[in-house]
Amino acid sequence: MSQSTSIAPPAAPANSMKMLQAMVGIGILCALLIVLTFEGTKPAIKKNKAAALEQAIFKVLPGITEKTSFQVNEQGEFMELNGEANGPVIHAGYDDSGALVGMAIEASGIGFADILRILYGYDPKAEKVVGFYVLESKETPGLGDKIEKDEVFLANFKALDVALTSDGKQLKNEIVPVKSGAKTQAWEVDGITGATISSRAIGNILKESTAEWVPRLHGEQAVFHKND
Amino acid sequence: MESNQPKKGGFFASLAEQPSTDEFIKGLWRDNPVFVQVLGMCPVLAVTNTAENAIAMGLATAFVLLMSNILVSSLRSFIPKQVRIASYILIIATFVTMTDYAIQAISVELHKSLGAFISLIVVNCLILSRAEAFASKNGIGKSILDALGMGVGFTFALFCLGAVREILGNGSLFGWALFPDSFQEWIVMILPAGGFFTLAIWLLLFNYFKAQKSAA
Repeated sequence: MSQSTSIAPPAAPANSMKMLQAMVGIGILCALLIVLTFEGTKPAIKKNKAAALEQAIFKVLPGITEKTSFQVNEQGEFMELNGEANGPVIHAGYDDSGALVGMAIEASGIGFADILRILYGYDPKAEKVVGFYVLESKETPGLGDKIEKDEVFLANFKALDVALTSDGKQLKNEIVPVKSGAKTQAWEVDGITGATISSRAIGNILKESTAEWVPRLHGEQAVFHKND
Repeated sequence: MESNQPKKGGFFASLAEQPSTDEFIKGLWRDNPVFVQVLGMCPVLAVTNTAENAIAMGLATAFVLLMSNILVSSLRSFIPKQVRIASYILIIATFVTMTDYAIQAISVELHKSLGAFISLIVVNCLILSRAEAFASKNGIGKSILDALGMGVGFTFALFCLGAVREILGNGSLFGWALFPDSFQEWIVMILPAGGFFTLAIWLLLFNYFKAQKSAA
C-alpha cells in the first residue's frame, strides 16, 4: 500500500454531498444487481428445489413409480394438494399397480449450525421408517454433513421400527438416538463419531415427527389409497 | 522480472500499458495470497477439509474478487476517500449475494455442501485488500489480471491444503478412496486443528524454497 490512509483534511460540506452521492449511487447499483440476479435465478432455483424434493421422495420410498401430494386442510383432513402449499405436506407414493407403498414426510429441527430439513419415508404396512434424506443442512462440511453420507448411519433408516400400540394412538417405542455402535433395538438410531450433535439432532427430529405423524397417518391411511 | 512502473497514468494509460503478465503471475507464486501474504485465513482453515470443497470455495472467491475488482477499478475516481471502505464492502457483499443465488440456481447439491461459507466471502480480507491496495489505484485491465492471478493463486493454495487434509483425514481424494480399508484415518486432519497443521507445513515448505532460491 503506497498511499497513507490517514483521514483526509477536513474539506467540508461540498465533500459530504459527494460522499452521499457515491454511497447512494453504489447502493442503488448494488440493489439493482441483486434484484436482477434474484429475479433471474428464481425460476431455476424453484425448479431445482422442486426437482430435489421429487427425487428425494422417490429415494425415501423405495419401489414407488408415482406420487401424489396431500395437505391438511382447516378441518384437519388430508386433501390432495393443488398449487402452492401452506402448512405441512404429506407425499404418498404408489407402485406400478397403483397400490400405496408409503408416505414421505418432511420434518425439521435445530442441527449443529442451522435448521435441518429432512424427508423420511413411512411404510404403514410394515410400520417402519424405510428411507431418509437430508433436504437442507448447513452442517460443517466433513463432519456434520456425514449425516448425509455415512453409510452406517444411513442404514439406521432402512427399517426403523415405529410400530404403534394396540389402540393405535401412540408409538410403542419412541425413536431413541444412541451412541455410535450402541444400537440394540430396532427403534434406536446409531450416532456418528465426530458428528455427535448432528446425528443426535436427526434422531430427535425423527422422534418428534414420528410421534406426531405416524399414529395419524396410520389411522387415516385409507385417505391415501388411490382406488377407494 | 520485478515490476518497475512507478509512473502513474490515467485510465487509458493504464489500459495501454503492455498486457504485463506480471500482474497475473505475481498472485500465483511470488505474492500468493495464502502462502506469502497469509490473507483470508478463515476460509483457508475452515473449508479445506476436502479437495472438492476447497476448489469450489476458491472459485467462488475468485469470481467475487474478479467482479469486485472490476467495479471498484471502474468507479475509483467516483468514490471519495472517506467512504471507500464502506463502498467496497457494499460492492463485495452484492457480488457474494449474487454468487449465492447463482450457485443455488446451478446446483442445490453444491449449495448444500458449501453451506454457510459462501456468505463469509464478504469478510475475506483478500478481496478487500485487493480492492484497497490494487483496484482502487489501477485501471480495469490491470485489475482484471490482478484478480485472476490472485483468484487462481488462492484456489491453488486452498486445493493444496484440501488435498492433503482429505488424503490423510479421509483416505480419499475428490471422494475416491486411495487406500485399502485397513488405512487408519487421521481424524485430526479434518478437524480445525488439522487445518493449522497443514497450513504450517505448507508455509514452512514455501519459505524453505524461497530461502533456497534467494541463497542460490
